Formats: sequence, C-alpha cells, structure tokens
Amino acid sequence: MNFLDLIWLIPILPLCGAAIMLLFGRNLSKTVVSIICPGAVLGSFILSLGAVIQLAGLKERTHQVVLFEWLPQLHVDFGYLLDPLSSVMILVVTGIGFLIHVYATGYMAHEHGPRHGGYYRFFGYLNLFVFFMLTLVLANNYPLLFVGWEGVGLCSYLLIGFYFHKKSAGDAGKKAFIVNRIGDAGFILGMFFLFQVTGSLRFTEVTDALRSARFGPEVTHFGILSLTALLLFIGATGKSAQLPLYVWLPDAMEGPTPVSALIHAATMVTAGVYMCARSNALFALTPETSHIVAAVGACTAIFAASIGLVQNDIKRVLAYSTVSQLGYMFLAVGVGAYWVGVFHLYTHAFFKALLFLGAGSVIHAMSGEQDMRNMGGLRNKIPITFGTMFIASLAIAGIPGLSGFFSKDEILWQTWSAPELGSKVLWVVGFLTALMTAFYMWRLMFLTFFGEPRMDEKTKHHIHESPKAMTIPLMVLAGGSVVAGWIGMPKVFGENGFMQGLEHWLAPVFESGKEVAHAAAEHGAAAHHDTTMEWVLMGVSIGAALSGIFLARHIYLRMKAEDRPTGGFIYPVLLNKWYVDELYDFLFVNGLSKGGGTLMAKFDTNVIDGGVNGTAWLTRMVSRISMWYDTWIVDGLVNLTAFTVRALSFPVRFLQTGFLQSYALVFMAGVLGIFGYFWWGR
Amino acid sequence: MQEHLLSIILFTPLVGVLVLMFLPRSQKTLVRLWANISAAAGLLVSIPLIVNFNRNADGMQFVERMEWIPSLGVQYLIGVDGISVLMVMLTTIMGFLAIFSSWDAVKDREKEYYAMFLIQQTGMIGVFISMDFLLFYVFWEMVLVPMYFIIGVWGGPRKLYAAIKFFLYTLAGGVMMLLGILTLYFVHFGQTGRYTFEIAELMKLNMPLGLQQWVFWAFFLGFAVKVPMFPFHTWLPDAHTEAPTAGSVILAAVLLKMGTYGFLRFSLPLLPKASSDHTIVTVLATLSIIGILYGAFVSLMQKDWKKLVAYSSVSHLGFCTLGIFALNQAGIAGSVIQQINHGISTGMLFLVVGVIYERRHTREISEYGGLAHVMPNYAIVFAIAMLSSAGLPLLNGFVGEFTILQGAFDANKTWAAFAVLGVIFGAAYLLWLYQRTMLGEVTNEKNKGLPDLNWREWAVFLPLIIWAISIGVYPKPYFDILEKPVAQIVHRVHQTANTEAAIR
Repeated sequence: MNFLDLIWLIPILPLCGAAIMLLFGRNLSKTVVSIICPGAVLGSFILSLGAVIQLAGLKERTHQVVLFEWLPQLHVDFGYLLDPLSSVMILVVTGIGFLIHVYATGYMAHEHGPRHGGYYRFFGYLNLFVFFMLTLVLANNYPLLFVGWEGVGLCSYLLIGFYFHKKSAGDAGKKAFIVNRIGDAGFILGMFFLFQVTGSLRFTEVTDALRSARFGPEVTHFGILSLTALLLFIGATGKSAQLPLYVWLPDAMEGPTPVSALIHAATMVTAGVYMCARSNALFALTPETSHIVAAVGACTAIFAASIGLVQNDIKRVLAYSTVSQLGYMFLAVGVGAYWVGVFHLYTHAFFKALLFLGAGSVIHAMSGEQDMRNMGGLRNKIPITFGTMFIASLAIAGIPGLSGFFSKDEILWQTWSAPELGSKVLWVVGFLTALMTAFYMWRLMFLTFFGEPRMDEKTKHHIHESPKAMTIPLMVLAGGSVVAGWIGMPKVFGENGFMQGLEHWLAPVFESGKEVAHAAAEHGAAAHHDTTMEWVLMGVSIGAALSGIFLARHIYLRMKAEDRPTGGFIYPVLLNKWYVDELYDFLFVNGLSKGGGTLMAKFDTNVIDGGVNGTAWLTRMVSRISMWYDTWIVDGLVNLTAFTVRALSFPVRFLQTGFLQSYALVFMAGVLGIFGYFWWGR
Repeated sequence: MQEHLLSIILFTPLVGVLVLMFLPRSQKTLVRLWANISAAAGLLVSIPLIVNFNRNADGMQFVERMEWIPSLGVQYLIGVDGISVLMVMLTTIMGFLAIFSSWDAVKDREKEYYAMFLIQQTGMIGVFISMDFLLFYVFWEMVLVPMYFIIGVWGGPRKLYAAIKFFLYTLAGGVMMLLGILTLYFVHFGQTGRYTFEIAELMKLNMPLGLQQWVFWAFFLGFAVKVPMFPFHTWLPDAHTEAPTAGSVILAAVLLKMGTYGFLRFSLPLLPKASSDHTIVTVLATLSIIGILYGAFVSLMQKDWKKLVAYSSVSHLGFCTLGIFALNQAGIAGSVIQQINHGISTGMLFLVVGVIYERRHTREISEYGGLAHVMPNYAIVFAIAMLSSAGLPLLNGFVGEFTILQGAFDANKTWAAFAVLGVIFGAAYLLWLYQRTMLGEVTNEKNKGLPDLNWREWAVFLPLIIWAISIGVYPKPYFDILEKPVAQIVHRVHQTANTEAAIR
C-alpha cells in the first residue's frame, strides 16, 4: 500500500467524521459517536505513520499530492506536502489528537443538552478541528495553510463557546476569533509581500527562490524581506498567543478541558511556531526580524510566567504556562534554532496535553471545582492522575532525563551560543522563566495534591478516580513525557543517529538556517561548541528547576496559608494580569470600536442624512414657493387671459353652442348661401 | 432557440406577469404557484446559457440585434460576456429564491407583489445583457419602479420615507448618468456623423481626457449611488430595513450589483483615460476603503438586526469597488466573484432576519438572545451565513476578499493595508451580532416557543449554502469564465494609459 499518495486521506477522514456528526449526529447513540470520531483520528494516525515510514525510505524526503487548482490568481493548488517537518506535525496532531478524543469520550460522557446535543456536537467540532489542523500542517502553500489556520480558529471559537448558554463562554470565543483576526490581517499582507518577492506561495518554490536569490542588504536589513517576515510573525503572535495578542488564550479556558488540551496547548497554538519554522528560509535572511521574534518570545515567556505565579484557577495556571512555553519556542525560532523550536513544540505537546488532561481529571473528581484554594490532599484519592501529572510537572520544570529538560535546555543553550543571533540577555530571561516555571508548576502540584484537603464534605465524599477512558490516555502521555526528548539529546551526551535523531530528520528543511549560521561562524564566532560552557549552563538550569520546586514546596507545603509572603504591591498586579485586558478594553473595544462606531453612525444620521433630508426640505420649500407663484402669478395671468378672452368673445359665444344640430343648421345655411351666391350672383 | 436564448431569458418573467394578470385575485395559492413557476422557468431557461457559453471566446456571445428606434440609432442589442453570464445567473437564481421565500411572508395583494418581482427580474436581466447604452438605461430605470412599490407597499413602518428616498436618490444618479450617455452619443455623432448608442461603437471614440473626466463623474454619480459608495449610501439602510425580506434579498443580491457592473461595463472600457487617471483612481479607491471601514464601524453600533446587515453591505461593496479600481486582473476578477459572494451571503443574512421577523415581528437585537437553544438548525444556518460573510476560507467570501486584497496590494500597498482591517471588523460585528441573538440563555419569554426552520425555509437556504461552499472550495470555474472579459478590460485601460504615457 502506498501511503504517500494517500496523504490527502489523512485530513479527509476526520472531515468525514465531522460531516457525519454534524449532519446525522443527533440520530446516533453515544456509543456510535465514540467509535466514529476517535476512530477517524486513529485512522489518520495509522495513515500518517505509514506515510512517514515510507517517507523515511525516500532519498529526497518530500512528497506532494496535488488535488486540484484552487486560487488561479496566486497559482496555488489544493495540494498537500509531506516532508520531515510536516511529518512531525501530523504525528503529533493525530497521535495526541487520538488520545484526547479517547479521553473526551470519558470526560464528556455526562454531557446532555438538547437531544443529547452536546455529545455529538462536541465530537463533530473536535473532528472538524483535526481536519483543519491537518490541512494547516500538510498544506503545500501559504494560502492553504491559511485555510487550516482560519479553520482551526473557527473550531476554537465553536469549542470555547461550547457551553454557549454562559455569557463568559460566548465572550471568550468571540475574543479569541477577533484577536486572531488581527494577526491574520498581518498574515494576509505578509503573504502578498512574499508573493511579490518570490513570485510564488508554494513552500518549495518560495524556499528555493529565497535560498538561490542573492538579496542585497537594502532588502534584508529593515527592507521588504524584513517587513514580510515581520508581518508573518504578527500572524503567528495571534495564533500562538504571543505579546501583544496573547490575551485570548487564558480566556479560552472556558471551553471543555479536552479542548484546552488539544487546541489550546498541544496543537493549534503551536501553529504560529510551525509557520515560522516553515518560513525559516525567510527568517534566516532577516536578522532584525529574527531579533524581534526572539525578543517577543522571551518577553512573552517571562511575562506569562509571572502571571502564572499567582493564579488560583488550575486551568488558568496551565494557560499562562502555555503562553510562556510558546514564548520559549519563538525564542528558539528567533535565534535561528528552528529545529529546537519544533523540538520543544513536540515535547510540550506531550507534557502540556497531559497536564491539561490531568487537570480535567482533577476537575472531574472535584465535581467541577477549578479553584486550587479549595483542593489539597488529592494524591491518595486519585493516584493515577497524581502520578501522571507528577511526571509531567517534572518534565516541564526541566528535570534531567525527561522530555522537557532536553528541549528547554537546548533552547537556552542555543540562545546563549547561537552565532550572530544568540544573546546573553535573552538567556538570562529564559533562565529566570525556567525558575518561575518550576515554581508555579509545583505550586499547582502542592496546592492540589498535597497538604490538607480544603474542599467541602459533599465534594470530598464524591471524589473518585476517573474512568479508564481517561486514565489510559494519561498514562500513555506520561510515557511520552518521559521518552519524547530522547531523540533530541545534546551532543555533549554523545553523538549518534538516535540521540540527535530529530535534528537529523529535520535537517533538510532547515538547511538555509544552517547556511546563515555557517556564514556567521566563518567570521570568528568560536563559541560554537564550547563544551565546558554547555555543561555549566546545563547545571545552572537544573539548579533553577530544583530551586523552583523546593521554593514552592517550602511556601505551599511547609508554611501555613497566613504565613506565606504576600508579595506586596506586585501581587495584585500579577493577579490582575498586569491590567492588560482592562487597557485593551479601554483603548480598542470601547475607545476605537464602540466610540468610532457611534461617531460614524451619528455622522450618517446627522450629516449625510441631514444633507439629504435638508435637500428634500429645500425642494419642498421651493415647491411651495412655486405653488404660490403658480397659483397667484402664473395662474393669475392665465386666469386674467382667460377672463379677457372671455370678455372679448362675449358676442361670439352664442355661436359656439356645442349642439351638433345648430352646427348642422349653420352648415346647411352656409352651403345654401354659397350655392345661392353662385346661382344668382353670376 | 439558441439564437434567441437571451431574449427568452429576458422575457420569460414578463410572460409570467401577463398570465398572472388574468388569474383571479381570490385564488391566492394559484397566484403564488404561478409566480413560483414563472420564476423557476426563468431560472431553467438561463441554464442553457451557462452550459453553452464558450469561455475561451473573445467578445460577446448570444448576440441579438434589431433596430428599435432607427432615427435615433437605438437598437435592441443584447449579448453576454463572462461577467454578464455570472450576473444573469445570479439574478435568475436569487430571483427565484426570493419569490419562493415569500410564500408565507406576503399575505397582502399577492398578485401585484409577484408581478412587481417578475417585472423587476426582466429589468435586472436587461441591465446585465444590454449592449446598447439607451436600452441599458431603459432597463436601469425600469428596475427602479417595481422596487419602489415593493418597499412602499409591502414594507415596514417607515416604508414611505424609505421608498421615496430610494427612488429619488437613484433617480438623481440615473439622470446624471443619462447626461453622460448623451454626451457620448453626441460626441460620437460629431466624430462619425452617425447616431448610435452601441457600446462597441462608442468604445471607438477618441475623447480627450478632460471630457472623459466629466463623463466619468456623471457616470460615477449614477453608479456610485446604486452600489452604494460612501457618501451616497444612506438610502441603503433605510431601504433595506423597510423592505420586505425578499425585497431586501434582491436589493442586496442583485440590484446593488448593477452599480458595480456599470463601472465594469461602461466607465472602465468607455472612459479608459479617465478611469486610469491618477486622481480619479485615488478618489475612488479612497472612497471604497472609507466604505469598507465606515460600513463595518457603523454596523458595530446598530441596534436593529436588519440595519446591521444593511451596513455590512456597504462594507462589502467597498471591497468590490476597491477591486475594480485596482485595475488589474486579480482585483477585477475578485470583485466580480465577490459581487456574487455578497449576493449569496448577504442574501442569506437577510433571509435569516426574515425568518425571525416572521415569527416575532421585531428586528431589535435586544429582543433576542439564546435562540440557539430553541432553534438549533436556524443557528447553524445563521452561523454559516455569518462565516461566509466574514470571509472564512472554504466558504465563498474568502475567495473574493482575498483576491481583491491581492489586486489592491498589487496596485497600491497602502490600500491593501487599510482594506485588510475590514477583515478584522467584519468578524467583530458579525460575531457580536451572533452572540447577542443566538448565544446565552433565552431571556425573553416570547422566544421560548419559537419553531425551528420549516421545510420551505430549508429549501431556500440549502442551495445557497451549497453554492457558498462550492465557490469556497473550487472557485476555478468562476475565475476561468472571467479571465477573458476581465483581461480585455484591464488591457483596454492600461493600453490607453500606456500610449498616453508614450506620447508624453
């Protein structure tokens, strides 16, 4: 079986699932729904696996399948591209997507709604999401990527607003969609610039054009290419929740927890990272934009982590953590370490999906409670959830041997050492973020699972471990959180085809990044492989992870609630998320949109329609004057004339009687008269 | 039959009206049925047109020519190119759906109502196929009258104000256009000694830039009012809001396109120098962009559901005119496709309002909320209409909007940068409307027992949804059919501009 030519089926399968759900779902039983939807994603996973294995056997590791021509004006097709980068993505999307689908069959089991509408609708949307996400990562050109990009945004909107009777859910969905649209506006313009520069929007052609052309500094340094890259990056900041467009992601937690895990942690939000990695040939040419990417990434990482330190809602902590981790990925992309960005995307997908699903399991056990201040001591009650989340928390904190350690450490090392693009300042930011990450994650763990139980009796009585449909995905993901990083070990651990497997696999996609790096290395960046330094930095970051964990343990396990440091004035600022939402509301929602809208609506009714109605009034006035003029002057004259004529015609009037007989009489008389004249007159 | 196909398409609705006049007024079902049959026949006879149209041929097809008023050089001259074919199809399809959707909605003077719609069909088709300028003008004004009555008789509370405003606004524009037409007519006589209104003949004129500019602005007033472009748009919200549902659908879907079509068929090819004149292009593009943003901003603040949709039309039509004055293949092709898309998506949005208006007799947004609970199918249809209007990929709106933006970008990057903001606000006002009407809890008792869509309503929406998806997924046939005629227009505009530059 040739899986490579069947890659179009990978997105189509979930689309069929979605179509069945949305068209006939209400007539299907829950069992059927729970077979079709996860089954469709499993089918995609198997097809993906087969295709990737066959791809590995090819010499040139790219394979395209073009279905039909789509937008002739931009010469783009509805075509799919499988290469090392997209193969990593489809495996993550379908693999983790399948696990989350399975989990959701358990989590959503109590979902009712009109005609048990919640259940099939949920899975229909979820399948639709997988379709769009796969289209996004398999597209062979930018506009088709954009189709997936907008499509996942739609599904995100639908799923955030899944509990649409709640106003907060509707608000959050709307906010997500609109904020994303702001980024999309940049993305659209970026695509046009790219088309102008390279004459194509197909990935392979764009990359070839960018790699082969020799651009002068007027194009690459604050030039048109820098702008192009910046615009694409603006698109990425929307989808991947970076400063200043991150505000929608924390609110997106209104959606059901499996959605938070799949869409708002593991897959959709990483689309921006994927897109930048896909555009590596462009970013590699534009150092200024890359600096911006790295700086935005680092700032987002520490900014979101700072908010995560004090949140009390278990899902909110994870949401800010996701924003922060996405910042790490952009930091990697910004310093030119594209494969490392993808590496962290891939490890993060495991442990963050696991954390969210674990949190979902906790919420499930706690009868819907999300505030960690009302939890505590859960570790014995829900041991599987605890155990798996424990592993994930170690992984995200960066404890050696687990997946998060390898990817995060590689990002920090690249930030420190990358020639030309690397930066010691950004390393410090990344380092501090690592410290904060370990702290807030373990604050979450200690508050939730350790210490005295703080929930009320009814909830306490009800606490139970989740069903197998939920715990098995947790365990699988826990396994992944441990081993996923082993294919991207640092070279100081030893070099072979397995330990640097991911880097080698992705190498052909990121060639150009290398070229730039080599070029830079030529003029004297000797730090390229400073082994001692790498060990030292690794030690330092492990130290940060451990101190974060122990600090959290000290404060949240050892200290009593009232003894804990209050943090002074900074605490309310962090708790209120630096007041960014309030600022945006003031400036953009109420100021620009509502203010501008009201102003323009007033302009319409008062100025333009005022003019129109004014003209009408003027016309009416003129008509009135004309009427007066007509009645008294014109008609007066006419009547006067008539009167004169009447007066003058007084004698003749008796002739004009209107009676046919009199006319006939006169006529006859006339005829006789003429006859008489001729008869007697001659 | 082939050689008179266009005439058959043109007059089928009128034949329907003739028979309709002899039907007894009391037989309401019969009247409705006959009106639907006539509209369906109008749609059916237009199918051979799209089937037999040769998209690889240059120039006009299915041409019919007859003397009409020989002494004035007026001919009955009709024909179609790719642009016209699409517009005719839009008219016959939307016309049928509009008439079909009125079945339950109109319960008063049905006979006149349907007669007006059918007469209007003929008028609109005539506009899109006339290749003689005076014939065009006759059809152009002919459309005005039925719509005036539709708004004025079957409209809402402020129907008289709206109807008269609509009539006077468009009539004023139309008169200016007539002056422009007559100028061309006499200039042509001066140059050749022959009186004619034939467009192909008038295109051969050699007019100095100054005169072209005057005529351009005269045409502009006629077309810009119809589109409507900012600042001539204020008749639109009133007319739309007060018109009965089917009237709004036709008004948005087809009538407005007469304006954009006018620019494409007359302004650009007849006045290429003026149309590519830097000042004129800048003014037109600026007005378009103002329309895009202005329409979106005002939509945001509307409290009336229907008025919101009406203002969204201003925004969308801004995209269409921007595409036209990008004066390149992408811009114009995108514009024509967007005109069709706007017909589909805004048509759907008006039908959506109509469905709820029929049930609740109010258009106040604040009267609603949580309708998705009581009318789930309705919520789905509305969502699709909204997304199609907001330009979500794989639905129709995206293809047009994106291609127009590409064209605008090629013409002037600043235009694209401003126009792209419309994409953001478009999502904002629609999503907010959706949230306020569909989501949340059902707060108003009156909304609790509302019935969901019935089969007739489904039958109206379903073809539109399928059409929307088909354009979004596979727009190539539309681009193919437009390639030749658009290339011709672009060539004509740029060729003149180039020779002009060469002479200088």
